[in-house]
Amino acid sequence: MSTLVKTMALAFNHGRLTVICALLGVLVLTSVFAPWIAPYGEAQVFPEPFAPWSPEHWLGTDQIGRDILTRLLYGTRNSILIALLATVLAFVIGGIFGLIAAILGGVLDQLLARLTDVLMAIPSLIFALMLLSIFGSTIWNLIVVIAVLESTRVFRLARSVSYGVVVQDYVEVARLRGERLPWIMLREVAPNITAPMLSEFGLRFCFVFLTIAALSFLGVGVQPPTADLGSMVRENANLIQFARFDLRAGITPLVPAIVIALITVSVNALVDWFLLSDGDTPNG
Amino acid sequence: MDNHAAAQNEIKPLVDMQGVVIEGFSNDRWTTIVDRVDLKVYPGEVLGLIGESGAGKSSLGLASMGYARAGCRISGGTILFEGQDLRAAGIKTLNRLRGNRMTYVAQSAAAAFNPAHRLIRQTIETSLVKRGWNGTKARRHAIKLFGTLRLPGAETIGSRFPHQVSGGQLQRVMTAMAMVPEPGLIVFDEPTTALDVTTQVEVLLSIKDAMRTLGSSAIYISHDLAVVSQMADRIKVLRHGKEVEEAETQEMINAPKEEYTRSLWAVRNIERNAKIGAEPRLTIENLTAYYGKFKALDNVSLTVPVGRTVSILGESGSGKSTLARCISGVVKDVEGQVTLAGKRLPLHLKNRNKEQLRHVQMIFQMADTALNPRQTVGQIILRPLRWFTGLPREKARRRMEELLSMVELDPSLASRYPEELSGGQKQRVCIARALAPEPEIMICDEVTSALDQLVQEDIIRLLNRVQEEMGTSYIFITHDVLAAKAISDEVIVMSKGRIVDRGSRDVVFSPPFEPYTEKLVKSVPEIDSGWLEQFRRS
Amino acid sequence: MIALSKIVAGRLLLGIVTLLITSMVIFGAMELLPGDFAQAVLGQSATEETVRAFRAELQLDQPVFVRYFDWLLNALQGDFGQSFSGRASSGYDRSRAVVDLVAPRMSNTILLAGLTAAISVPLALGLGFAAVLYRGTWFDRALNWTVLGAISFPEFLIAYALILLLASLFPVFPALANVSPDMAWDERLSRMALPAASLTIVIMAHMMRMTRAALNDLMARPYVETAKLKGLSRRRIVLVHVLPNAWAPIATVIAFNLAYLIVGVVVVEVVFAYPGIGQLMVDAVTSRDIPVVQTCALVFAGTYIVLNLLADVIAIMTNPRLLHPK
Repeated sequence: MSTLVKTMALAFNHGRLTVICALLGVLVLTSVFAPWIAPYGEAQVFPEPFAPWSPEHWLGTDQIGRDILTRLLYGTRNSILIALLATVLAFVIGGIFGLIAAILGGVLDQLLARLTDVLMAIPSLIFALMLLSIFGSTIWNLIVVIAVLESTRVFRLARSVSYGVVVQDYVEVARLRGERLPWIMLREVAPNITAPMLSEFGLRFCFVFLTIAALSFLGVGVQPPTADLGSMVRENANLIQFARFDLRAGITPLVPAIVIALITVSVNALVDWFLLSDGDTPNG
Repeated sequence: MDNHAAAQNEIKPLVDMQGVVIEGFSNDRWTTIVDRVDLKVYPGEVLGLIGESGAGKSSLGLASMGYARAGCRISGGTILFEGQDLRAAGIKTLNRLRGNRMTYVAQSAAAAFNPAHRLIRQTIETSLVKRGWNGTKARRHAIKLFGTLRLPGAETIGSRFPHQVSGGQLQRVMTAMAMVPEPGLIVFDEPTTALDVTTQVEVLLSIKDAMRTLGSSAIYISHDLAVVSQMADRIKVLRHGKEVEEAETQEMINAPKEEYTRSLWAVRNIERNAKIGAEPRLTIENLTAYYGKFKALDNVSLTVPVGRTVSILGESGSGKSTLARCISGVVKDVEGQVTLAGKRLPLHLKNRNKEQLRHVQMIFQMADTALNPRQTVGQIILRPLRWFTGLPREKARRRMEELLSMVELDPSLASRYPEELSGGQKQRVCIARALAPEPEIMICDEVTSALDQLVQEDIIRLLNRVQEEMGTSYIFITHDVLAAKAISDEVIVMSKGRIVDRGSRDVVFSPPFEPYTEKLVKSVPEIDSGWLEQFRRS
Repeated sequence: MIALSKIVAGRLLLGIVTLLITSMVIFGAMELLPGDFAQAVLGQSATEETVRAFRAELQLDQPVFVRYFDWLLNALQGDFGQSFSGRASSGYDRSRAVVDLVAPRMSNTILLAGLTAAISVPLALGLGFAAVLYRGTWFDRALNWTVLGAISFPEFLIAYALILLLASLFPVFPALANVSPDMAWDERLSRMALPAASLTIVIMAHMMRMTRAALNDLMARPYVETAKLKGLSRRRIVLVHVLPNAWAPIATVIAFNLAYLIVGVVVVEVVFAYPGIGQLMVDAVTSRDIPVVQTCALVFAGTYIVLNLLADVIAIMTNPRLLHPK
């Protein structure tokens, strides 16, 4: 634990990190408190569609007259929540199987590895599109489909990192003592793979977040009336052609896309920083 | 270099380093690796740099080429090479000197050669690029050097790729690579440390001959005093980045001034009275083991008596570690019979019950990887203690502290994590953990090989003492003849999966020798600058 | 050399097995459809008879593996069945053969992806090498930050930003890329400019980042230290000592990034209404036109697997340990 405290202390010495954390903090707070901050209801419809920016509607209204700022706040919340759930689920599934495969080895390990190889041979967006066309696009289907697909990547990493730990003599000592799988998994191996898994969580979250945004943008992800950043871009895309007459209208569809970018950029930067500080040595 | 003092006044040093400070970056700050060390190398002279791990000898050696490893920096002092200030020199100047006037031989040639190019191309690279030699001339020169270094097939070995050549040969090719440009200075960084002892002596001989022909100066870095005393004219001893003392080799061997240097010499004199007799505790009959189709153990039989130490001595590939793994039950493809205290011991781990697991404990070579970095010393010892003995929490705690005292560690270390301990302390924790279940057999797999010599001695003394107190039988796996001499009652010599020699220690290690044992024993360098010449003649 | 060809043959065989299993997965996914599927496709008003006829066409009475082999054999001969769309509840069938839907769009997609790859691969590798050559300089740092930004952006942000700039505010290129076969080449290229540019930015960022990481990994090898201690110039170290060992990681990087290319193609085609296979797949998913979805998935997955296979073979062929066995 002392290393964690040390890391945190170091972290705050870095200005860059403060900026990243502040940005992420604002985004997370917005998404948590969306219902209290948002000026209107998530699906509340006003008479004027595509209304320009105004004191009543800071970012105007969308194609059926909903307040875009409100949708943006709820959308941020929904998108983060869905991606987070999918990522956590992927880590639970992939992490457990990865650990077990690495520790037990043998036929089970080979079987699981070949299975994930095949699942990973299909690009995940394509696989997700296929599965969603069959099961239909509900939020829960979306979460489960993405989680299962991403769990193959998590499995692969967890397995390969655990391989490095499993061959260590202290694991052999535990085996020679006759320890059972849960002890070896939770006490000997898992605590020693947390650092790489943590940075992978950040990267995976970004990937999941972008995949779900893409699916929603394509119209097969989060369905209306639930607000979501990806579908907001699609819904308001037509406004771009009016950029020459009203630049603010032209920018409006880009705003949710920029929020997506802000979230992924800051998480990526955080992971980058984490990896650098974890490496101990500066670039030589 | 007779009359060295006189020579110093007339001849200018090739390398002249003054007050050199080198720092390394770790845990977000710079720490000192080498602290204000002076170093001079005169033309035609070999300077030995000796020290234990962390002494800064490698960093200092590289600094003589104006080079600092990634994550390190030279932060103080002056470094003159042929009168030129390397610290002030730009990369262009340095690059003109490196690989040309000064060259380097790395510890692991296997890693230091580029896997994508043939050896000859790498050997003559700098001569072509920097000297502008034509290919034929450079190649002829290299082949001549291969011959001097007694490489088999000197004409053709250059056309091979690094992975096609054995470790000892690769080390010699690397030496040739350093010698082709006929440099003023060659830095040898532990060039024989990774080799088996019989290979080491071959490489040492060929390096010595080639150096004599070439007449270059050299810095020879090693942790092994016996090796350095064969190669160096003068020896500098380093400890924790500081100079301890420096003297002519003969003078250093005969009359070391500093306490620390004397303690380095004393290491090789542990005595133990070999005991014989006692009823057998562990019996192995006709053990044969395979890795795939490869027969790693071939019909091995031996007995380990109660309270005695049996050493298994052999070079890499002899099957000694496989034997240890067979006894602990982790080798899959194995046949034969193992009997522990009169009862048959199942060959596979999963068929053994808790009592059987308890009585075979193991200590490993690398204490670093044998301790879980996320568990405290206390947790590491308590788990097997409670697992095997079922002691209640409080009693187990007290016993754990007793065990720590027994391995000469302060019981307050129980709350520390392994990374806070030194190498020797870690190995002691491993011993305490293995002792916790009070086993009948303890397998020590190269337990002293990764340790500095002073620490090795302490660990061997500790193991001997614990055996007296607890009556445990040891199987001591090692490649180190001296360690085997220091700890064994009986010795078994292995080669290529078979037992080639066995008997009580004094019988095995005194004439008349078995041929292979003789080769092993005679290949171990002694602290005597004439030893290598004697070996050549014998 | 015998050992090498054996390994390559083994890898190719594994690739074929993977393709086969992938096809099973894609076919098998259809089995997960709810039972009243025929009804759902044809609509509530479909007559009993029409539904029965449709079920018969789908051969739902046959065991799964029989239908799989039928499907596979037909697919190998270029017959991917009939599309679901265009079927009316009346039983009047205006559906088209899937292959007729996919084939023309496929060539469009290949053109777009090929154009992108042709620009982005050399550019990314060049920049990746430059970043390593000038490591630690402002150039490297600026490149690193730009790339970190670019890979974090969703594809559609880059696409719409380009539209906003180059189509809406300053109309240089058209915002819609609705190309058709009878169009003149220059017209076609001008319409493809923005989609290709968006894709290039996305792929390049990913590829450069990974190239840089792979090369930096190689730069940390002991033999590079040997080269430094030989006093070789950085340029010579990178070109002579790193590059020959870099083919395998570079091939892997390129193959890996084709996954991003595939994702990017789907999104970009939708943004620009480019008539490619990605847009077709999205439309088919929305209308749950399963045979079309299956075929598109098979095409994407097949391409990806074959390209990865190629990368693996390159990695094997350039490994000196395998090229020159003991």
